[in-house]
Amino acid sequence: MADLEKTRVPAPAPLEWEYAPAPESRDVVRFQERYGLFVGGEQVEPLSGEWYSTIEPATEEHLAEVATAREEDIDLAVGSARDGFENGWSKLPGSERAKYIFRIARILLERSREFAVAESLNSGKPIRESRDVDVPIAAAHFFYYAGWADKLEYAFPNRRPQPLGVAGQIIPWNFPLLMLAWKIAPAIACGNTVVLKPSHTTPLTALLFADVCRQAGLPPGVVNIVTGDGRTGAAMVRHPGIDKIAFTGSTGVGKDIQRAVAGTGKRLTLELGGKAANIVFDDCALDQAVEGIINGIYFNQGEVCCAGSRLLVQESIYEQTLSKLKRRMSTLRVGDPLDKNTDVGAINSREQLERIEELVQSGRDEGAEIFQTECVLPDRGFWFAPTVFTNVAQSYRIAQEEIFGPVLSVLTFRTPEEAVEKANNTAYGLSAGVWTEKGSRILWMAERLRAGVVWGNTFNRFDPASPFGGYKESGFGREGGRHGLEAYLRFE
Amino acid sequence: MARTQLLPRDLELPLDLRLPRVGAVDAVALEARAGELAKRSIKKGSKLAALDLAIRMMDLTTLEGADTPGKVAALCAKAMRPDPADSSIPAVAAVCVYPNLVAVAKAKLAGSTVKVASVATSFPSGQSPIDVKLADVRDAVELGADEIDMVIDRGAFLSGRYAKVVDEIVRVKEACGVAHLKVILETGELGTYDNVRRASLLAIAAGADFIKTSTGKINPAATLPVTLCMLEVIRDVHDETGRIIGMKPAGGIRTAKQAIQYLCVLNETLGSVWMTPDLFRFGASSLLNDVLMQIRKQKTGAYQSGDYFTID
Repeated sequence: MADLEKTRVPAPAPLEWEYAPAPESRDVVRFQERYGLFVGGEQVEPLSGEWYSTIEPATEEHLAEVATAREEDIDLAVGSARDGFENGWSKLPGSERAKYIFRIARILLERSREFAVAESLNSGKPIRESRDVDVPIAAAHFFYYAGWADKLEYAFPNRRPQPLGVAGQIIPWNFPLLMLAWKIAPAIACGNTVVLKPSHTTPLTALLFADVCRQAGLPPGVVNIVTGDGRTGAAMVRHPGIDKIAFTGSTGVGKDIQRAVAGTGKRLTLELGGKAANIVFDDCALDQAVEGIINGIYFNQGEVCCAGSRLLVQESIYEQTLSKLKRRMSTLRVGDPLDKNTDVGAINSREQLERIEELVQSGRDEGAEIFQTECVLPDRGFWFAPTVFTNVAQSYRIAQEEIFGPVLSVLTFRTPEEAVEKANNTAYGLSAGVWTEKGSRILWMAERLRAGVVWGNTFNRFDPASPFGGYKESGFGREGGRHGLEAYLRFE
Repeated sequence: MARTQLLPRDLELPLDLRLPRVGAVDAVALEARAGELAKRSIKKGSKLAALDLAIRMMDLTTLEGADTPGKVAALCAKAMRPDPADSSIPAVAAVCVYPNLVAVAKAKLAGSTVKVASVATSFPSGQSPIDVKLADVRDAVELGADEIDMVIDRGAFLSGRYAKVVDEIVRVKEACGVAHLKVILETGELGTYDNVRRASLLAIAAGADFIKTSTGKINPAATLPVTLCMLEVIRDVHDETGRIIGMKPAGGIRTAKQAIQYLCVLNETLGSVWMTPDLFRFGASSLLNDVLMQIRKQKTGAYQSGDYFTID
């Protein structure tokens, strides 16, 4: 024993530590082979007779068949919503509506793993995010607006708030369940009924949500879900039976919608694109600011309307910031969305990937300097490596247009005034971030930045109590908070 | 303050003009990042590799008034051969004891790879005159300590007498001779991450080989965010000067799961260069058996009761 104990071993080399795959089990979710439309509290075959395949963007594998709704299907769904509105929902006391909405929130939490896996499968986002962000915040929105349902009179004293009627809601593919919650929770809390159209590429969590409505015993017709493509959405927008359109998506489509509803008397709220400035001052907590930059642009593969896609760094700390940023980027784990250690997942669709590639090419052509992390991307599916552009001029397309991908453009500034000027020099105005240890400077900046949300020493933080929405081409109307109720009420 | 020295010439931090500020730490974001890294899911081979490394990084510690030569001898046996039933389990990095027990440990560990670390400088409070502290260090080194774990004077630090803090570390470092110096900041008494960052920079500038979170006598001891904060200082120092400083979280790390979380923070903050016992240590008294238990679980697929692991 003594000899054994005292054998000398040479000093060990540092460990090159690779994390073994840690995939979340996909068995927690069972998709039906086919999903009809959810109308009048049940699944119905589409009158159009059209179906399409929805896929897993990480592998391009087929997940389920989904109905394509056309005019006659929208007609049915709107009729069902109208019935639901007239025959009870709008007349229920707020406290009764709240019961259903609280129930939905609790069921969402109970089924959170199933929803998280389904969301990651269908959208490509990492399970870490769907598990820790999308699903819990979606549930939180239902909890939050359930609480308002019987307090509308107090939210708007002496204004006699009334529901609008049938709300047509069109949501994007980047946060399918969360955007559903942002739309449905305030609408039904205020006594409206809804026809919701999830994105063409990510219908599955909305269809699972239909099952939650059934489970919660929600009266038929209060929530209707129609799937389909852009034409389906256009049919909704034109439908005369809809009292209000709420749209989240691209600025181009938002403008079309606004033209289409002009003069019809339909209410409209739009939450559109963004090109947010993330402004880093030289007195910030730099390591945490770097985390914030990473979170701002690589969260959800950068497919976030409020992504911090323009980094404005004070010149005095430019080099230090960039070297820290690049090092941090190299630790991002890109790959299987269902792996619990994945930081950056798959791009949602081929179409989106091509758009990102096109814009990145324009950045190269215009003369910006590109840095991409060295990561092995899977052969199948839609992938794009985390990217940062330096030497970017304000006039480049990558500094002006929304890329909606994991691509950051870096610019510099010298003074707070210049930072504000550059940050505001965009057609958008959804969000902005300010990084400084000086509290008064955050307030000074927030007063001057024309953006719906200004984050101080954080980024991409969402809370149901906090209103969210844009300036300029980022849209109008607010979602979240007490403000979010106004979009679904009229006042007598 | 008559004896206060200037900083050694080659050490520019934190007074270097290129870094006009010590820098700041945002507590909310720091804790969020640590929380994110704590959720890494480490499985199979990567888990075994981590547990093996955790043992090799361990400073097996006993710092009780009731420590005896018998107790320390038992600990040393455990340190060299943690699991008698499994010869593939490596020895720990060091045994950490009070100066009075250094000789016992040294004799028992002679010829093995396990180092003897001794706390010194009026551990744990550090509230003694400098001459007493220096004598404490010299004695421990003379008795055979390979590594000295000193405490900073938190009283001086918190009252803003940074020069006194630096001066003490510089002189302790001198007194250490060839022994490695770990500087304990006692982060649980510093109050803010900004203070942790400032104290880390002071310790490094004054000559620390390692910076260490805690004595283990104060709650909270090591936490993930405080460790992350200190690792970020080490990274900044390396970027600025090329110096490589080691890190030792100590106190409160009791489970294999926690140890793996620390390794994830280390791996993703400083990278593989630091994934070695030369640059990272766990100060722990009860961590070892849980790690052994988890290793056996990984190897055999079944948990065994605590009775199958020696209590020392």
